[in-house]
Amino acid sequence: MTETVIQVENLYKHYGPIKAVDGISFQVQRGSTCALLGGNGAGKTTTIAMLLGLLLPSDGRIRILGEDMLKHRYRVLPRMNFSSPYVDLPHRLTVAQNLGVYARLYGVRKVRQRLAELGRELDIEAFFKRPYGKLSAGQKTRVALAKALLNKPEVLLLDEPTASLDPDTADRARNTLKDYQTHSGATLFMASHNMSEVERLCDQVIMLRSGRIVDTGPPHELIRRYGRQDMEEVFLDIARGIQSGEVTV
Amino acid sequence: MSLSLGRLGAMVLRYVYLLRSSWLRVVELAYWPTVQMILWGFITQFFMTNSTLLSRAAGLFLAAVLLWDVLFRSQLGVSVVFFEELHSRNLGHLFVSPLRPYELVCALLTISMIRTLIGVGAAAALAIPFYGYSIFTLGLPLIGFFVNLMVMGWSVGLLVSALVLRHGLGAESIAWIAVFALAPLCGVYYPVSVLPHWLQPVAWCLPASHVFEGMRAVLLEHTFRVDQMVYAVLLNAVYLAAGVGVFLLSFHSARQRGLLLQMGE
Repeated sequence: MTETVIQVENLYKHYGPIKAVDGISFQVQRGSTCALLGGNGAGKTTTIAMLLGLLLPSDGRIRILGEDMLKHRYRVLPRMNFSSPYVDLPHRLTVAQNLGVYARLYGVRKVRQRLAELGRELDIEAFFKRPYGKLSAGQKTRVALAKALLNKPEVLLLDEPTASLDPDTADRARNTLKDYQTHSGATLFMASHNMSEVERLCDQVIMLRSGRIVDTGPPHELIRRYGRQDMEEVFLDIARGIQSGEVTV
Repeated sequence: MSLSLGRLGAMVLRYVYLLRSSWLRVVELAYWPTVQMILWGFITQFFMTNSTLLSRAAGLFLAAVLLWDVLFRSQLGVSVVFFEELHSRNLGHLFVSPLRPYELVCALLTISMIRTLIGVGAAAALAIPFYGYSIFTLGLPLIGFFVNLMVMGWSVGLLVSALVLRHGLGAESIAWIAVFALAPLCGVYYPVSVLPHWLQPVAWCLPASHVFEGMRAVLLEHTFRVDQMVYAVLLNAVYLAAGVGVFLLSFHSARQRGLLLQMGE
């Protein structure tokens, strides 16, 4: 029997007259990878921020790992983590210092041992002593992933995890995530603009437009329903307001 | 509400790493207090030959300038370190970790104390060989003066940080002027009685005014004014509660408005 790990019910976020998220509901099962897709301003980052508790919803309910995120967020946060290229780490601290501080914030026992493990797994040991600000974009992404995996999270939220990475680095990042999920059974929830990444990693897709869910399903099913070759084409159809079954060539 | 010493220690460690990452930053901490001390030391030397007041208490200005820097440095120690979090676009990571906002506040206050001790401590130590003046001659009351001024600095620092959290880094410059706006009222170099009558009640609402009045009592009359110390402590309790409260409210407002992910961008 599958277990619901993320449960969102009638979630709203309004900024005055602007409806950033407009009454969405969805569920994500344990061990699955779910992608939240949509054009710029569709409400992806807002939704992720609400799941993390960085943003308070105007209305609605969020339960993660069985806990109400609005009431008992701090019971769940030690079991979750987050990575985004748009949120940084202090540039003047070395990689080891940054990771060591976050390990302690997450209450990781045997901090050195955990850092050594992640150093080997993500191939970042060589620059542990370098300031984070002096790393290349690809190296920073690997360090950000290491930070996100420090506490062996059961739920990992990712905001465009491979944005602005070269294909090789992006592929390494995806492999790391897939390996981690295979070994840990973690649930991944990501916002992405990279459709090949979504096809490769995700079991479920939620399509957002103007803050509302306009379609949902596994990638292969959406491709079939829209009569398209890949998720890139499905994304364009949905973003342009074409419903499944009204395919234009 | 539970405070984790592990998380608090992690944040303090992080701020110590930041401080250690550049020796220039450590020098900068002591630079202005030392320059101020040297300047007021010369002024004191000049006036000692012309002023009966200063001939009675040679360290009056030096003690005042060093204690004033406790207030200023402790305020900067909170607000400038908080701004570094905003500049490094790091709040998003911090607040998806189990770190509580009040743990961040405690870490900011701790690092502020460390920075103040380094900055003012260096200037106070240099005053001994430079002018033969030791602030430690104030005796035990010095501890009370130091703690009260630091707590007032923390309160102002938290209020400034809250303002920047609410209005963005555009309001950052307030950190450099906030305490100076209060300086004329605090009676750092002159008694509160010098101020116009209508302004004196306002001055007495500031903990620092009671501290500097108490400092002059020790230096000029060789008496410790318990009443001034009690007023300072009571006022500081109100100020600190207000500072922490406004900062936490501002944090809650930032969560409502989605500012924690946007700050620094």
